[in-house]
Amino acid sequence: MTTLESAPQQQDDSSFGEPVGKVGDKVFHGLSFGAAALILVVLAAVALFLFAEGLPAFTGDTSELDGDGSFLSYVGPLIFGTIYIACIALLLATPVAIAVALYISHYAPRKLAQTLGYFIDLLAAIPSVVYGLWGISVLAPIMSRSVFPWLRDNLGFIPIFGSDVAIAASGRSTFTVGVVLAVMVLPIITAISREVFLQTPRLHEEASLALGSTRWEMIRQAVLPYGRSGVISGAMLGLGRALGETMAVAIILSPAKGYFWDVLTTQNSNSIAANIALQFPESSGLEVNRLIATGLVLFLITFGVNSIARRVANTGFSGADG
Amino acid sequence: MSLTESQTPESGPVDDLVMRDSMKSGSLAGRPMLMIFGGAVVLGALSWLPFGSVNWARWVMVTLVSYLVLTLVISRVVETPRQATDRFATAVMNTAFLLVLLPLVSVLWTVIERGSNRFDWAFYSQSMRGVIGAGGGGYHAIVGTLIVTVLTAVIAVPFGLFTAIYLVEYAQGGRFSKMVTGLVDVMTGIPSIVAGLFAYALFVLLDGPGHRSGIAGAVALTLLMTPVVVRTSEEMLRLVPNELREASYALGVPRWKTIVKVVLPTAIAGILTGIVLAIARVIGETAPLLVTVGITTDVNKNPFSGRMATLPVFSYNSYKFPTLPPDASIDRAWAAALTLVLIVVILFTIARILSSILKPKGLR
Amino acid sequence: MNSKRRILTGVLALSFAAAACGGSDDAGGTGGDTTGGGGAETVDGLAGTLVGGGASSQAAAMQGWQVGFQQANPDVTVEYDPIGSGGGREQFLAGGSTFAGSDAFLKDDEFETSKERCAGDGGAINLPHYVSPIAIPFNLSGVDSLNLTPEVIGGIFANQISNWSDPAIADLNPDAQLPDLAINPVHRSDESGTTENFTDYMSQTAPDAWTFGAIELWDDDGPGGGEGGQGTSGVVSAVAAGEGSIGYADASQIGDLPAASVGVGGEFVDFSPEAAGRIVDASVRLEGRNDYDFAIEVNRTTDDATVYPIALVSYHIVCLQYETQQEVDLVKAFMTYIGSEAGQAASAASAGSAPISEEVSAEILVSLEQITVAG
Repeated sequence: MTTLESAPQQQDDSSFGEPVGKVGDKVFHGLSFGAAALILVVLAAVALFLFAEGLPAFTGDTSELDGDGSFLSYVGPLIFGTIYIACIALLLATPVAIAVALYISHYAPRKLAQTLGYFIDLLAAIPSVVYGLWGISVLAPIMSRSVFPWLRDNLGFIPIFGSDVAIAASGRSTFTVGVVLAVMVLPIITAISREVFLQTPRLHEEASLALGSTRWEMIRQAVLPYGRSGVISGAMLGLGRALGETMAVAIILSPAKGYFWDVLTTQNSNSIAANIALQFPESSGLEVNRLIATGLVLFLITFGVNSIARRVANTGFSGADG
Repeated sequence: MSLTESQTPESGPVDDLVMRDSMKSGSLAGRPMLMIFGGAVVLGALSWLPFGSVNWARWVMVTLVSYLVLTLVISRVVETPRQATDRFATAVMNTAFLLVLLPLVSVLWTVIERGSNRFDWAFYSQSMRGVIGAGGGGYHAIVGTLIVTVLTAVIAVPFGLFTAIYLVEYAQGGRFSKMVTGLVDVMTGIPSIVAGLFAYALFVLLDGPGHRSGIAGAVALTLLMTPVVVRTSEEMLRLVPNELREASYALGVPRWKTIVKVVLPTAIAGILTGIVLAIARVIGETAPLLVTVGITTDVNKNPFSGRMATLPVFSYNSYKFPTLPPDASIDRAWAAALTLVLIVVILFTIARILSSILKPKGLR
Repeated sequence: MNSKRRILTGVLALSFAAAACGGSDDAGGTGGDTTGGGGAETVDGLAGTLVGGGASSQAAAMQGWQVGFQQANPDVTVEYDPIGSGGGREQFLAGGSTFAGSDAFLKDDEFETSKERCAGDGGAINLPHYVSPIAIPFNLSGVDSLNLTPEVIGGIFANQISNWSDPAIADLNPDAQLPDLAINPVHRSDESGTTENFTDYMSQTAPDAWTFGAIELWDDDGPGGGEGGQGTSGVVSAVAAGEGSIGYADASQIGDLPAASVGVGGEFVDFSPEAAGRIVDASVRLEGRNDYDFAIEVNRTTDDATVYPIALVSYHIVCLQYETQQEVDLVKAFMTYIGSEAGQAASAASAGSAPISEEVSAEILVSLEQITVAG
């Protein structure tokens, strides 16, 4: 409708404005090209500025810093913590996210599915500080009272649930943070998986059903293979979000310096992002530079993860199309 | 990812097939399945009843687990193994869905319950200037959040939109455009705290150490919002049929006018929805504002100088550094959290309405 | 009703008259005593903006001072940036603020820099205006008082004493029913002056048990172990949530948790603002600065059982000479107010700080009178 109405008007304008159109075209092309180029500049600037402001942490007088001053021994446990927490969140979230995506795309009634999609999107937009407050005041007590003792007693033979250290009575451990982050990244994985599941060619589905498959068999034969790469790239995007999540970790986790595998205790490796949020407000001088340097490390990690996600998505989709 | 894309499962015919299929063999279809679930709920209740006090966590877990097990076992006995697997898969989907509802409901309930302590007019009309202990409010933080967010949108929307226009309308799939697409993806993955550090580092170079201002926060948020705008706009622009463009060119309309008068109006619903959702994303960001904008007790309407309060940081700070008595601060933290969630819900509703009102009718 | 009106006075200053419909303070009458002692003396013709920045530990107290001072002097705006002690000193020395709040006094090299930053050649002085008692809250069901000597406190936080039934604790508390339960020591996970003062206390009084010195950030140089909580509220909530936990936190924020009594000179002292405030009297001023400087090496090893030795001492750092008369007037008036009885009452109400004694207050006043304009 809109287009039909505006087209004749177009003609009027341009009939006596041929050169104006040319100029306009140039300006418009320039603007949009400029914006695209600016993306490039901005990203380069991000890397450059972080590098420039982080550099003094290496070149400056490191005796000014707490600890032994070595950047590697400072950032090492943080890298470990960042990746460990994110992986736990992903392990918890991905299976559930796939199931929910399938539920919305292939199980729920149409009306319900629409509402569900809305709620899942809403879940993704709830600010992380809210998740943090919820995690510390609602989830952590439940975890320490009901879940941790059970895990320790029944699954204690698995190293990550069993160690000599007592379980965190306040529930502020890696596992609680992992669950909160899982809730936070789940909508991302669900949304992307749902999209690809919905795109499964109708013919594939009907062919499977025509052969007498049950709904589950149809999903296994037609939907899952088609959606696999989408699910993987969704999971990778979720991983990226979990790696960079700040406030929820900062509010909930009880951090300690070092590498800790047990996820139920008060001794946990902090994440890079949470460490920055914790220390930045009271930092000055070289400490700020060091924090920025850890930020650069985090940037590189997420950069790597996202690049892999993109590669997976690209190869996957083109294969499915063909 | 967004509301704009149809989440309607267009699986009507498939559904019918499946329904008929299960009806034929279905000794368990319908009511028996409900009874199995009911039995699981009872079993769950039995897990705490002997102890006298309600243990919600155990109730839920036992219910869900026994629902799965019961479904599998009973279906195995009554129906064929294949159908049992199918029933089990359905039960897993239902369980997963219920499992996801739990935290969502819990989060919303907690925020409403605790936030309602200070959900009063005073909270929305007073700042924290001169307030000690109880009272005061988040007016200054709301003003700050609005200013920073509007500034962000003013920068990010044109930036993102023009990039999307370039990618869809001008770039002919060349090397440069591929690179830009890739970089936009990278940008999507920038951790919010890193965006904050970047803005901080930038303004420190311009202004000296310890810089804090609303504009620095807006720059940080722009970094987070732009890629979202680019992505959704790009998708929406690509949905515009090429025939429309060709028709316009054929009438001698220059390309830029075709974009402004034909392409954009056609895609406007999706683009606006995407923008609103992108705003909802960044409005609750805490970490980047913590390092760039800081916090203050006063209303500061000048984003170019001095600290500003913003809702997420206000909430975080009230929780972390409570004044005396602590409860008053904690209540304010929750009230700010509730306000944020309300804003997000309102933005989502606006996005829904926009997408249904503006959807071009001829293009379905 | 009264309390409601008093809270609103501050708000009215911002001309949010609409707020007068009340309902702003359901949380109760606490507002009444919070603003109770805050009134400052009005200084004629005082106007302008006074900018300071620094320690976030002072932020809550500063709110009390701002309210009290600005009420008496409505043409004055006091701004305080809680950017951290180090940042505050940096900013002050760079000329970015007129005064600094800091949990530590100026270091020697910073004092030298201050001679360039300030007018004249007197440099800057440190004023110990904010003393906040640090309590040791614990969570043991059935136990609501606990006596701990410095050695035992050091042993607990250095993870040497790891069970509540340890004889070292039991000997000090013959009457308490101490359970056979692991001790969970809770510390701050962020960098803070509270941690620095608490560890300084342990390293002064129990150097054998606590060998890590005074540290600002637990995880960098501390003993490891224990639980980390973010901010005061993080520590308090961790202690409250975990049976067997013990921590250290600003005394005003520990709520209903019981706090340990601390061994001083053979007796056990409960924290109280008055007892904590005396720590400044019990300490000696640092040598080698100018005569009016009030930097103190906090003496926590006193035998005087009227002193509660675990307290955070935070300074205001000001120049002895400024370039303009306006700066001099503002700084003098504001600092005089803070050191006065009314000012100390205001911070006690807003932040639960310990008032400094009258003697110290009088001595600080002498220093303040030396502040002049350069020329």
